[in-house]
Amino acid sequence: MKLSTATVRKMINSVKSTRDQELTCDQCHDELDRFIEMKISGKKASEAMPLVQEHLDRCQDCREEYEVLLEALKALSK
Amino acid sequence: MDKRTNQEWLDDLRGQDQAQAIEDLRRTLKKGLLYALSSWINNDLEAQVEDFVQDAILRILDKLDSFRGESHFTTWAQKVAVRVAFTEMRRKRWKDISIEDLLPEDSGDFTPLALSDPSPDPEKRATQASLLKMIEDIMREDLSERQRTALLAIMHGGMPLEEVARRMDTNRNALYKLLHDARKQMRNRLIERGFSTDEVLAVFENG
Repeated sequence: MKLSTATVRKMINSVKSTRDQELTCDQCHDELDRFIEMKISGKKASEAMPLVQEHLDRCQDCREEYEVLLEALKALSK
Repeated sequence: MDKRTNQEWLDDLRGQDQAQAIEDLRRTLKKGLLYALSSWINNDLEAQVEDFVQDAILRILDKLDSFRGESHFTTWAQKVAVRVAFTEMRRKRWKDISIEDLLPEDSGDFTPLALSDPSPDPEKRATQASLLKMIEDIMREDLSERQRTALLAIMHGGMPLEEVARRMDTNRNALYKLLHDARKQMRNRLIERGFSTDEVLAVFENG
């Protein structure tokens, strides 16, 4: 098996988006309910909580959970 | 949606009305998960969601003291339920796959790899090969074996962080820190060698 250019790009993109200070998965999870309620209410959650947004952009596990939580909350508001 | 205030939820879940509060919470979590997971689960959606909700309620009751009141209680509880569901879904999905199955051949001693899809342009192909060698050198010399293994399992194999962590006898949070350190190392080594990430990306653009 060899690496694909897509894998190399993925790896270098993750290096590119690296910041000295990043939230870990637990820290992101702790903030997620507040972040998502801001999002739902139309406030600029990404600007107010940029470290959460950056973690979600970078971490697929957390992003999947965020997207499903958003869907679940939509169902509850119906 | 339930009209309890956050304090009422906490009081009811801790007090004499616990049974009714748990039933109301169960109904709420189930409604949310059924809707949100319908595109993720093909078989026995309702039964699986029931199991997730049962486990989530136990977790929520155990973690009540950690609710900080910065959101609606039901948002926080649903967040816990989604985490419980994904942990189980990922465990099932990846249960028969080892990290070794996902790594490029010979990555144990990290012998040089090659691109499976190099550019047809000979000059670009040569530049790609040279940069790939540099990336491999950085990974071999500056990253630990655990960092390399985790990075390749996720980036190359597509395994979720949580499942890589399980196989490496650690947890998702610690693994994220390990990978953060690895990414910082790679970024600093690239800079030392006179390359920006944008320059490297441009070489691997469109094969």
